[in-house]
Amino acid sequence: MSGEGQAGTVVAGLFETENAETARGSRAPLPRPRRWSPSSWILPAYAILAFIFLLIPIAYTFIFSFNDSLKSNISWRGFTFDKWLNVCAVQNGAVCEAFANSIVIGVVATVVATILGTMIAIAIVRYRFRARSGISLLLFLPMATPEVVLGAGLAAQFLAFGVPKDMLTIILAHTMFCISFVVVTVKARVASLDPALEEAGRDLYGSPTQVFLRVTFPLLLPGIIAAALLSFALSFDDFIITNFNSGSVMTFPKYIYISASRGIPAEANVIASAVFLFAIALVLVAQISQAARRRKLAKQG
Amino acid sequence: MAASQFADSGADLTLVGIQKRFPGFTAIEDLNLEIPAGSFFALLGPSGCGKTTTLRLVAGLEEPTAGRILIGGKDVTSTKPHQRPVNTVFQSYALFPHMTILENVAFGLRRRKVSDPVNRAHEALRLVELDHLAARKPQQLSGGQQQRVALARAIVNRPALLLLDEPLGALDLKLRRQMQLELKTIQEEVGLTFLHVTHDQEEAMTMADTVAVMNKGQIEQMGAPEALYELPHTAFVANFLGQSNLFTGEVVESTSAVVAVDVAGIRVAVPVARAQRHAGAVTVGVRPEKLAIHRDAPPADSGTNVLGPGRVIDVSFSGVSTQYLVAIPGAGTIVVFSQNREFGPISHVGDDVWISWNVEHSFGLADVPDEVQRFAGDTDTKSIAAQRREALIAELED
Ligand SMILES: Nc1ncnc2c1ncn2[C@@H]1O[C@H](COP(=O)(O)OP(=O)(O)OP(=O)(O)O)[C@@H](O)[C@H]1O
Ligand SMILES: [Mg+2]
Repeated sequence: MSGEGQAGTVVAGLFETENAETARGSRAPLPRPRRWSPSSWILPAYAILAFIFLLIPIAYTFIFSFNDSLKSNISWRGFTFDKWLNVCAVQNGAVCEAFANSIVIGVVATVVATILGTMIAIAIVRYRFRARSGISLLLFLPMATPEVVLGAGLAAQFLAFGVPKDMLTIILAHTMFCISFVVVTVKARVASLDPALEEAGRDLYGSPTQVFLRVTFPLLLPGIIAAALLSFALSFDDFIITNFNSGSVMTFPKYIYISASRGIPAEANVIASAVFLFAIALVLVAQISQAARRRKLAKQG
Repeated sequence: MAASQFADSGADLTLVGIQKRFPGFTAIEDLNLEIPAGSFFALLGPSGCGKTTTLRLVAGLEEPTAGRILIGGKDVTSTKPHQRPVNTVFQSYALFPHMTILENVAFGLRRRKVSDPVNRAHEALRLVELDHLAARKPQQLSGGQQQRVALARAIVNRPALLLLDEPLGALDLKLRRQMQLELKTIQEEVGLTFLHVTHDQEEAMTMADTVAVMNKGQIEQMGAPEALYELPHTAFVANFLGQSNLFTGEVVESTSAVVAVDVAGIRVAVPVARAQRHAGAVTVGVRPEKLAIHRDAPPADSGTNVLGPGRVIDVSFSGVSTQYLVAIPGAGTIVVFSQNREFGPISHVGDDVWISWNVEHSFGLADVPDEVQRFAGDTDTKSIAAQRREALIAELED
């Protein structure tokens, strides 16, 4: 799928901070080569090249969000903060509207997919029922199927049943493919959960509801959060499936795609950069609070 | 069940015809057990004999395939774990990793809405000497500390019936003795019923009112520790609880007072009341510390069993006592414990000696020890196959 690579990396980074507690602290310093040999510069040079290659599109997007462009944002015309300050002013706020739609769709699809997916994951790991392995396999299919096929197939079904295409159809489509990712992520967490803990909860007078709320759910939470972030990232930058099922509703990726033919306005760069910065900030906050908590614990002794 | 109050006394536990089958494996077969209210009951047995499974059945974490469980006279077979007035100290501790030690201990109190859970939890933690670590998470504790938290978490609820699955296994000797004392005090003060699983025979015998020895999903023998030790009924109990010297022979004499068997031409007698069987091949046993070593043949006497002469093949000093291994032709190798009343051993390797003991100290077993040594937990497929084959051969020969 299209931009999921980046989204996945950001989410993985966030998720890692949840579990990094044990892995840290035992990092030995790398041995340094003594003489100037090819092996001492090939690796760094390769790493730098790879990073440049990865970061060029992001850097380009970010820099051109400050371009004092007119209609199309292709050649550099001078530095300005205008676009950042008046994001919604252009084209009667079309950019902002598309962005808001994407956020609403992402949030709703994420909430629904996370709830359903978590329930499915618990059922698949904990209970033995007929067609259990068959269902696990079917849940993998949406991830393996090309998005074009999913999008087109779904669009055909909506057409056949006469469902008008609007926000709701987009949300349904996104929920559908997000569930698979949630199930896979949460399933791993459920499988690593020691059943003895829930038994201890039941033994200590916890009713099934209380045991779920006080023992199972808190222990699954890191997995559920990771799944939700992944879902949101997938939904937010999905274009292909959305394009098939959106009718006239504009989402942010769709807006960019459509305006690409007549020149993407710098305001789109602003929003894209803002989203990127927001994700970076999120990762940083998670890392820093984690480090602070560790230091606090270390001090407590 | 009124689970919102602390139990003011223990409840009795009755297991009737319990059977537990796992897919392809019967862990417990026809288990009958009665534990009176307020007693300290210890369950001993080799690894894999079904002790944990028994506790899980009582706690409600496992459903019996057949049979009934009664706690305080009420049939709880079909009730859920949280409805039973029972708490468990789990063999694997099972502390909640996302809660502090304090919250772990207060968990049961909060679920039952007991007043002032925090102070009660602190009190329980003081009992196991861990109150200073109340704010930590379980991962930040040592194994022994975690075990003590598990103990506090169960005991703080003062349940009518407390199930302890090797609750002191990870503690050093001093701490273990101390915790044993604490447990016994709590149990006696409140009059709770304890069902205690342990590998430590000494622990079982010093703490429990009643000890049951379990083997392959069944109770082989139960009774007061002293009775169990002095009068084992089966070869398994005789060897599992302490050590025993066992002699098997045909009964050659049976009067109203004694039964005597022939062991390599020597008469070995056991009082009729202490023998489980009185005819055919009978195994007679005696504890190593009941034996006396003689350098000269002791005079024959109807009240004494004498074996010998034999040769001392090993002498090992262990502080309070010395252990001698004496090889007697026809009777096998005999273990003798002798108190070190004098400096130095009373005989040396290579000496020819006689062994004697009071007939009253013999016990007659209901079965004959297996030729094939049964190791604890011999439930891997290979040994099961071997046992099946042996059983089949024995059946075909009949
Ligand atoms: N869920 C299960 N499925 C199949 N077999 C099981 C299951 N749980 C236990 N068993 C088997 O039942 C037997 C008794 O197990 P149990 O845990 O009660 O042993 P134990 O007496 O507590 O041993 P230990 O002293 O090693 O703790 C073992 O042979 C074990 O392999
Ligand atoms: Mg066990």
